[in-house]
Amino acid sequence: MHGLTYDIAHLLAGSLVLVSFMLLYQDRLYALLNVYALHALVLAASVAWQAYAQGAPHLYITAAIALLFKAILIPVVLHRIIVRLGIHREIETVGGIGLTVLLGMGLVALAMVVTLRATEGVDLLAREDLAFALAVVLLGLLMMVTRRNAVSQVVGFMSLENGLVLAATGAKGMPLVVEISVAFSILIAFIVIGIFLFRIRERFDTVDVGALDRYRGEHG
Amino acid sequence: MNFDPVTLLLAIPTVAALLIALMPGSRASATLNTGASSLTFLAALSLLFVERPAPGAYLLVDEFSTIFLVLINFVSFTTSVFSATYVAHEVETGRVTPGFLRLYHALYQALTLAFNLALLSNNIGIMWVAIELATLTTVVMVGIYRTHAAIEAAWKYFILASVGIALALFGTILVYMAAEPVLGAGLNAMIWTDLVSHAASLEPAMLNLAFVFLLLGYGTKIGLFPLHAWLPDAHAEGPTPITAVLSGLLLNVALYALLRCKMLMAGNPGALAPGPLMILMGLVSLLFGAFMLYRRHDIKRLFAYSSIEHMGLITFAFGLGGPLANFAGLLHMVLHSLTKSAIFFSVGDISQVKGTQKIAEMGGLTKTNPLIGWGLVIGVAAIAGLPPLGIFTSEFLTVSATLAAKPWLALPLVLGLLIAVGALFLQLNRIAFGEPKGANHKVKCSYIPMFVHLALVLAACIYLPATLVAWFQAVARLLG
Repeated sequence: MHGLTYDIAHLLAGSLVLVSFMLLYQDRLYALLNVYALHALVLAASVAWQAYAQGAPHLYITAAIALLFKAILIPVVLHRIIVRLGIHREIETVGGIGLTVLLGMGLVALAMVVTLRATEGVDLLAREDLAFALAVVLLGLLMMVTRRNAVSQVVGFMSLENGLVLAATGAKGMPLVVEISVAFSILIAFIVIGIFLFRIRERFDTVDVGALDRYRGEHG
Repeated sequence: MNFDPVTLLLAIPTVAALLIALMPGSRASATLNTGASSLTFLAALSLLFVERPAPGAYLLVDEFSTIFLVLINFVSFTTSVFSATYVAHEVETGRVTPGFLRLYHALYQALTLAFNLALLSNNIGIMWVAIELATLTTVVMVGIYRTHAAIEAAWKYFILASVGIALALFGTILVYMAAEPVLGAGLNAMIWTDLVSHAASLEPAMLNLAFVFLLLGYGTKIGLFPLHAWLPDAHAEGPTPITAVLSGLLLNVALYALLRCKMLMAGNPGALAPGPLMILMGLVSLLFGAFMLYRRHDIKRLFAYSSIEHMGLITFAFGLGGPLANFAGLLHMVLHSLTKSAIFFSVGDISQVKGTQKIAEMGGLTKTNPLIGWGLVIGVAAIAGLPPLGIFTSEFLTVSATLAAKPWLALPLVLGLLIAVGALFLQLNRIAFGEPKGANHKVKCSYIPMFVHLALVLAACIYLPATLVAWFQAVARLLG
């Protein structure tokens, strides 16, 4: 694994981290969904490149799922949902954007230090991929923690899941990768869109998770 | 065709789930659910008598998983009996529509399938998928009442559990990457039995990193502090049979996954010892759960925190390691499952009789409803670890194992247990004794599952069969 093949894989995985950062500071839902579509697009390219580099044709299926389902279908459906719910307003971010991005940088540094130190015996491409994947996972977690809006929490979760797919495709010859990516897509499709958003809309007239917090079972 | 309990354990719930989902009308679904659960339990029981199949690329049955399989299918069977009368009352009072019964029972069978698959799998990838399936079905079941509180609980559970399973998947990928240079790419590097037999030659640093993720991921599902936030809400807002299933089964299945990972770590001399991490998380959960018992106003939340406390104790015991502590941990896990589900059976009846879950609106249950009231009293006495009941034995063994291995840890351990005892009896006094308070609806209750569980717990303190002890000791040695 040398030269151009490695460089391109590195570039694509690095771009995924970069797009994760872009997700962190989007303060409008439309823009957030567009950046998420970009995130999924970069993932699809990265997975496709891994499929080519490892000579593993089944990974093309994962890439196709990322492209069709995550980069096109999910953003379109979420667009429709937020239009129907009438929430094109700004997203509140807890702690401010500057602080969030700083925290994100800290997490990326952490991911690099931890994985690069732990994986000295592993193939170079897999190592870099793993470090980037962990960074994407941690940034996704950070986004879920800092956002209060249900839609943006879901976007955070989906970006986290993209990091997992990156890690799984980077692990050479890992079985079940396609199955896992399908399982995750089903998870997202069914639970998030099908049940929760509609029910939350139906019951609360808001998709702000903060409004849910007003009801505490303990004191109610 | 040969009799094959392993296939049956997976096939019965699958077929039953499909049948219930596709069958028109919802009247027979409860009967079908109970019937399927009883058959699955019989299949699990038969594992004790037939020769175990050799571990394959996907499935594995050993002594360790057999304990879990028998326990979980037994509790799932008794819960389905309790559930039949419980949901019939919910439909009568109009809390749910009859159409919900089909969804509910189909999910119940899907959940049983997920549990059995997780316990039978010999592949860390499939085990993860099964636990994800269990999570998804329980999320839907927690939110099934569609009230504000139920949706908030389900949402919180969904978010936290998804993060948990995502972290566990990352850990699983790391285990694969550690194994790939040794076992070769492909399916081999995910097969549990191969991983353990080659554990010593895997890269220790990778395993360390993997274990941290697996501990956090599966720890979320076990309900260890500080990852427990979903647990009280999910316990309080779902239908009570599901609360019993969450507390008695789901937490144990997640614990099973964690213990498998611990065995892998223990096989590698260079890797970090998983014990201290588990001891720490277990002890903190125990103390946290015990303190939180005091100011609860909701009866299901009260026992949810008690589950956090006991899962902490069990994790502590397994973290301590060694034959005695592992034996105590296994025994405690089994007895906790039986006792806690018995408690939730009586809590379900109580909340239907009173029409509320608020402790302030209950009182004098032993006078108005002696069977449920005294059932709860016995259950709470058992969970608090009073001597004539089984949990006393396992707590006693845990404390003596602690005194032998790390004497200074016994102090916070005993302190936590005593705090919990005090809180439980304070609360019990408000619920079961004193002047009768609140409404008293006529409810058809099923007492048999509760008293069968309590009788088993009582029997465990008085007499443990020698074969059972030998079996648990063998597993305790296996756990290292």
